Amino acid sequence: MSVLDSKVPKGPLKDKWIDYKNHIDLVNPANKRNIDVIVVGTGLAGGSAAATLAELGYNVKTFCYQDSPRRAHSIAAQGGINAAKNYQGDGDSTYRLFYDTVKGGDYRSREANVYRLAEVSANIIDQCVAQGVPFARDYGGLLDNRSFGGVLVSRTFYAKGQTGQQLLLGAYSAMNRQIARGKITPFNRHEMLDVVKVNGKARGIIARNLVTGEIERHSAHAVVIASGGYGNVYFLSTNAMGSNATAAWKIHKKGAFFANPCYTQIHPTCIPRSGDYQSKLTLMSESLRNDGRIWVPKNMDDVMAIREGKKKPTDLSEDERDYYLERRYPAFGNLVPRDVASRAAKERCDAGYGVNATGEAVYLDFASAIERYGKEQAKIHNIKNASAAKIYELGAAIVKAKYGNLFQMYEKIVDQDPYKTPMMIYPAVHYTMGGVWVDYNLMTTVDGLYCIGEANFSDHGANRLGASALMQGLADGYFVLPYTIGDYLSHEIRTGKIPTDSPEFDAAEKEVTDKINFFVNNKGSHSVDYYHKKLGNIMWEKCGMSRNATGLKEAMVEIKALREDFYKNVSVPGKADEFNNELEKAGRVADFLELGELFAKDALAREESCGGHFREESVELDGEQKGEAKRNDKEFAFVSAWEYKGEPGEAVLHKEELEFNEIELKQRSYK
Amino acid sequence: MNLTLKIWRQKDAQSKGKMVDYKVTEISEHMSFLEMMDVLNEQLINSGEEPVAFDHDCREGICGMCSMYINGEAHGPDRGVTTCQLHMRMFKDGDTITIEPFRAKAFPVLKDLVVDRGAFDRIQHAGGYISVNTSGNTQDANSLPISKHAADEAMDAATCIGCGACVASCKNSSAMLFVGAKVSQYALLPQGQVEATDRVRNMVAQMDLEGFGNCTNTGACEVECPKGISLENIARMNRELLKSNF
Repeated sequence: MSVLDSKVPKGPLKDKWIDYKNHIDLVNPANKRNIDVIVVGTGLAGGSAAATLAELGYNVKTFCYQDSPRRAHSIAAQGGINAAKNYQGDGDSTYRLFYDTVKGGDYRSREANVYRLAEVSANIIDQCVAQGVPFARDYGGLLDNRSFGGVLVSRTFYAKGQTGQQLLLGAYSAMNRQIARGKITPFNRHEMLDVVKVNGKARGIIARNLVTGEIERHSAHAVVIASGGYGNVYFLSTNAMGSNATAAWKIHKKGAFFANPCYTQIHPTCIPRSGDYQSKLTLMSESLRNDGRIWVPKNMDDVMAIREGKKKPTDLSEDERDYYLERRYPAFGNLVPRDVASRAAKERCDAGYGVNATGEAVYLDFASAIERYGKEQAKIHNIKNASAAKIYELGAAIVKAKYGNLFQMYEKIVDQDPYKTPMMIYPAVHYTMGGVWVDYNLMTTVDGLYCIGEANFSDHGANRLGASALMQGLADGYFVLPYTIGDYLSHEIRTGKIPTDSPEFDAAEKEVTDKINFFVNNKGSHSVDYYHKKLGNIMWEKCGMSRNATGLKEAMVEIKALREDFYKNVSVPGKADEFNNELEKAGRVADFLELGELFAKDALAREESCGGHFREESVELDGEQKGEAKRNDKEFAFVSAWEYKGEPGEAVLHKEELEFNEIELKQRSYK
Repeated sequence: MNLTLKIWRQKDAQSKGKMVDYKVTEISEHMSFLEMMDVLNEQLINSGEEPVAFDHDCREGICGMCSMYINGEAHGPDRGVTTCQLHMRMFKDGDTITIEPFRAKAFPVLKDLVVDRGAFDRIQHAGGYISVNTSGNTQDANSLPISKHAADEAMDAATCIGCGACVASCKNSSAMLFVGAKVSQYALLPQGQVEATDRVRNMVAQMDLEGFGNCTNTGACEVECPKGISLENIARMNRELLKSNF
């Protein structure tokens, strides 16, 4: 019997959440005033949770490392947010969104959580519109939708290419209202460095003021972690430079189990890296795959000629090109899910067909779309025998209207005009499906400690569908946590204010200060970035898009050795009691150096291929699916939840068996 | 390329700062401006000196965290970009580049190139929201049609990233482009009408309290704004403020 209790309510799937809400204990308004809640992170999940909890009457403190809650990395999400509104009348429903999400996640998520997510998705759109989020609209004044990879309906709501920004500003505005009322106290430029447990319950945090360096104690009746994903363990990712796993990792070390760390999403359409100085990677929205065709040259001679600048991609005729996604996956073509598209790009580049100097790039070509739209426009405008130039002009205008801001962004970075020459793209680390294990209530294995948004593991299984991250963040923050946490806090009404002068706070603060003092006094010989880049390299090479037992074992050894070297030789300039960027980075990289090892251990233990986790040993050997990822439902239909035991390599595995009562497990086929 | 950098160094808010010269070599034209700064900092750390503190986060032009006043312009010489999107191909071998923090009374320097833009947050606490609770039974999103034109215009205003380049570019250190954009987003939407009067009054009052200057219509803010926020938003805010008197 597992120590894990998912606390999924009994009853039919579609009634679970409604019944649950009808039967939980509530806190009366007068008592809410006496209850404090800490929210760490102010992205879509943290921001929406903080605002909603404050609206309910709790006293909320928020923490973020940025200078304003509005800058959390949710802001960079481009494409959109899914919701089962069925405004297009194309057959969408709560069940369909639930089904698509479970299938897209390669059957490694918890049915009840995903159903609830689909159920509240429509409320999110209503809420955001009421807040003044300017979603795109059609000429009748109603909300517009677009479609995204891996699904057959149009259920994605969007605000140009800046949906994340607009949703986050909505949550931030809701926070502002509560800050004005004094119900939220924001602690910006603050970083949580540990959680404080008293009698087994989360009772507060230790935070560092990033401007003064002061170490602060904050107490609360419950602590909510909403600090995002750990993609920066790879050094290069589409995450913000400051995105980190410290809050999630610290709570793991204090008793919260960490689930499925090996489930990482590598997004297929990012701008390739150009050199060793590269600090981060930039995503180009998945929506581009609606009109772009992905290819590499068929012949190695052409690859070489292009790399040497002797040929241009536009010189190659149709039959000299290999549209490998259309070739391998005729049914979905360029719109296969992210994990499939990424692996296919890697396969071609590994075979030597990469089209830039580093050999890690494929083409995303809009020429066919421009021609197709151009001909259509010529017809609409009744232009007979339009010249090629006219068709190009008409078509380019349509492409510009759809993707103008993305094309401009590409041109600014790469200095090439994607209307005239194909874009170069390559996969990059984008999102982490794994994270802190939570039950149905979004509570971790520590009482009173919650985890929401990308930081938890719960809803996306082994692969996340496009436009679902925004949905999950806001679902957790606006509509799920405010209920589930109330049920817990109803037992805290007699607790009274939590003192911060207890031995538990003393001990936690000492641990934090010792670590900081160690860093600033360790006059080593290498910068923090030196170690971060090395770690990133191991992760990318051995725990990247495809993994095997040998590589993963090596990765565990190498990361451990790198960590030991880091503690001997890292150099952190400056002092503890001042604004010190390098000190902040040192703490974060120290945690990544531990998380990376657990990541490799988890990937090694999961001897199957599923979603973003591809094990070279587990592929289909024959038939139509030959060479494709092979899941093993018989042995691996479980969540891997790891318990910390002093060293990441010694973590103990607990399995939460996944039950599928509503959905039949099938192989994902996009052929 | 090889470059000389003249950078503002200031220990903390209380200390006096000064310009310091640095040399960087072998800078690739494909680097972003901040990657060039990373190279400088790595060099400083390796030689036992303190790296230059600067704000940055998403490095894709959307979070609004990066600032820097480069060669006399907020976010540097390119148009429609933030500092993190500025590329070294905008500079030439042998150039001297002057890098200062955003300068404004309402944006005190915290360290080197890092300034405190908390004033922007406080202006939004004063009224940058619509008073609606999260209940799960808000009216259906499509029950309130909004013309495409109004929605698009509201979106254009809402696209502001709150970086403060407008303030840094203005000879009066005025925040009217920022506040105008915030007021406009709500003024253009039906959801914003109920609280329109109080919103504009409170936000403008807070703006004045923070020590931002007035607008004298020189338009530098619009030119330097990385998101192309239009001066029309200032006019709309002024109209809203006038209207609030009746």
